Amino acid sequence: MSMNEGKKELTGAAILLEALQKEGVDLIFGYPGGVLLPLYDALLDSPIRHILARHEQGVVHAADGYARVTGKVGVCLATSGPGATNLVTGITNAYMDSIPLVVLTGQVVTSLLGTDSFQEADITGITMPITKHSYLVKDAREIPRIVKEAFYLAGTGRPGPVLIDLPKDVLAMKVEPSPADINLRGYQVPGQGDSAKIAEAAKALSECRKPVIYVGGGVITSGAGGVLRQLAEKASLPVVTTLMGIGCLPYEHPNLLGMVGLHGAVAANYAVDDCDLLLAVGVRFDDRVTSGLGHLFATKAKIIHIDIDLAEIAKVVRTHIPIVGDARLVLEELLTVLEGFTAPQVADWWDQLHAWQNYYPMRYDKDRLTPQLVIECMGELAGKDTMVITDVGQHQMWAAQVYPVAKSRNFVTSGGLGTMGFGLPAAMGAQIARPNDLVFLITGDGSFQMCIQELATIAYNKLPVKIVLLNNGVLGMVRQLQKFFYGERYSQTDLDGNPDFVKVAEAYGIRGIRVDSYEQVRSAISEGLKHPGPVLLEFMVSRDDDVLPIVPPGKPITEMLGG
Amino acid sequence: MLHTLAALVENHPGVLTRVAGLFARRAYNIDSLSVCQTDDPELSRMTIVVNGDDQVIEQVRNQLNKLVIVHSVTDLTAESVVDRELALIRIQVSSETRAEVLQTVDIFRGRVVDMGRTNLTVELTGDVEKIDGFIKAVRPYGLLEMVRTGKIAILRSET
Repeated sequence: MSMNEGKKELTGAAILLEALQKEGVDLIFGYPGGVLLPLYDALLDSPIRHILARHEQGVVHAADGYARVTGKVGVCLATSGPGATNLVTGITNAYMDSIPLVVLTGQVVTSLLGTDSFQEADITGITMPITKHSYLVKDAREIPRIVKEAFYLAGTGRPGPVLIDLPKDVLAMKVEPSPADINLRGYQVPGQGDSAKIAEAAKALSECRKPVIYVGGGVITSGAGGVLRQLAEKASLPVVTTLMGIGCLPYEHPNLLGMVGLHGAVAANYAVDDCDLLLAVGVRFDDRVTSGLGHLFATKAKIIHIDIDLAEIAKVVRTHIPIVGDARLVLEELLTVLEGFTAPQVADWWDQLHAWQNYYPMRYDKDRLTPQLVIECMGELAGKDTMVITDVGQHQMWAAQVYPVAKSRNFVTSGGLGTMGFGLPAAMGAQIARPNDLVFLITGDGSFQMCIQELATIAYNKLPVKIVLLNNGVLGMVRQLQKFFYGERYSQTDLDGNPDFVKVAEAYGIRGIRVDSYEQVRSAISEGLKHPGPVLLEFMVSRDDDVLPIVPPGKPITEMLGG
Repeated sequence: MLHTLAALVENHPGVLTRVAGLFARRAYNIDSLSVCQTDDPELSRMTIVVNGDDQVIEQVRNQLNKLVIVHSVTDLTAESVVDRELALIRIQVSSETRAEVLQTVDIFRGRVVDMGRTNLTVELTGDVEKIDGFIKAVRPYGLLEMVRTGKIAILRSET
């Protein structure tokens, strides 16, 4: 009788796929290559579904979109060298917005490492500043532990991308896997906040006259939308959101003042500037919100900052009550403690806020074909479970300002990095993640062309994404900045040579509809929604529509143009 | 102001790169960095001297702590510590100056560890001010070469 009976030797590739399955992974986005041959062979025997994209940038943005709309860890796979380096933009994008990803890259055999071999790139070195953590696997026995650690790191605390670099010989070697005992002595996940500080915050809240809650991506990540709503309603607190926080309260909620910052609502910016208490939750006082002027932000306010990442607290603004912890857990405790205090006297403050809202509403033409009109119409015709994915640029800001997002995880946009090209693959990932919900992609002619090859993936997988292309023939946002701040000297912002996008869509087997008149907008969108598969709705809009209000560079957020 | 941080980090290849990379991209000013083994085979100890005001140092500590490979960071600056540095310093000497130089070495309680016809090499340990002081004293004779370890520091015991 053999002593090793029952102990199985597996290839590194098989061990990896088993480890992924143990983490609940049933889907990965990828693109093969030479060093990944052992893994792609093993995939044929695995129940894990693989979605083949058409560029590694599409692979990583798709995993990112998947993660944003579900809260699960997105998984993607690319080969060594150029495959891995093509992921860098997408990894940086996930890092900047704190999105949980496990990024698997193939690598040359261990004996060739560091010798400038074919398709070799030091991807762990290259991505060091843009990953939460990374691993270069030298021994296949370590794979179970590494995978378990990677998923734990990616998905807990402040989420982020974790990279695992897998040399070809490690994937091919046959070993007995070691147990997955994780060893992360240097990593702690904050949970409940400090009760004394929470009590202090509750007292400050009850005593203030002009409070504002400022929320962002952290509220979405921690699932704190429900308790935020309760808190806002109970104490009659106005709420402003960042781009990343859109959806944490439904669009039409009476306490929601809108987005704050460079293209935020006037009432929101004035409220933050005038408030005497700022409750900041899951936000990082980014320069799109503060205009890079931390010392001029909410200067009259006592600032309470709740965040899971200690390094974000007091990074930009002076903080009076810092609370490190999970946003949902802290707000839940705050809500309970608040029961013991009187609600703040905010009637006069609300009079002021309503006055600002009435005097400075969001304005746009509704009697001609404008981007805002298209977006408004989309919102009217689609249901509350609709996911809206955007690309980057003017259309992104209009989507943020106008589309009536109903829930958390229904608005997907590249916030921190502002990556053009993110939209199409992210929409792909979102549709695959939630096949029964409607997906709108709002994009521009500039952004759309950056990952346009993913139309093939969408067509092949029959993903019924509704692509709304706002085509103005120019690189809109940059052109607008040249218009306002460079004396209309337009340098390199004309996108000459744009193709007929409807023909491009049809070449990929996707239905294309062009709209160039105001009268056709509603019917075109209806038709697109009725169409059972993917559809491109191209709206020919003017290059002279501007995103307003806009805070000029270097000015505080109270000095808006066009508000 | 110079702050001394002691960090316990994982004993792996690549750890130094991560820490150095963090400092480089956030433009933190490293004055010196020293790494050594500890009694725990999984951990190394880094002593980093950083130049910055209180707000910057707070950020440095928090960003360092965020790294998964960093287990703890202590700011030793305000604490009661023993700090030391080791230097090997090669000084130019002639028959006229040799005696003076040797006197200086003696005063600073250094040791001569290498002798040439026209130079000698001194090993010196002490706190950073003492090393700086010695270098200033011997510079006029001609500093040929110098290697310093960077500061290491340990908290004084409370009892």
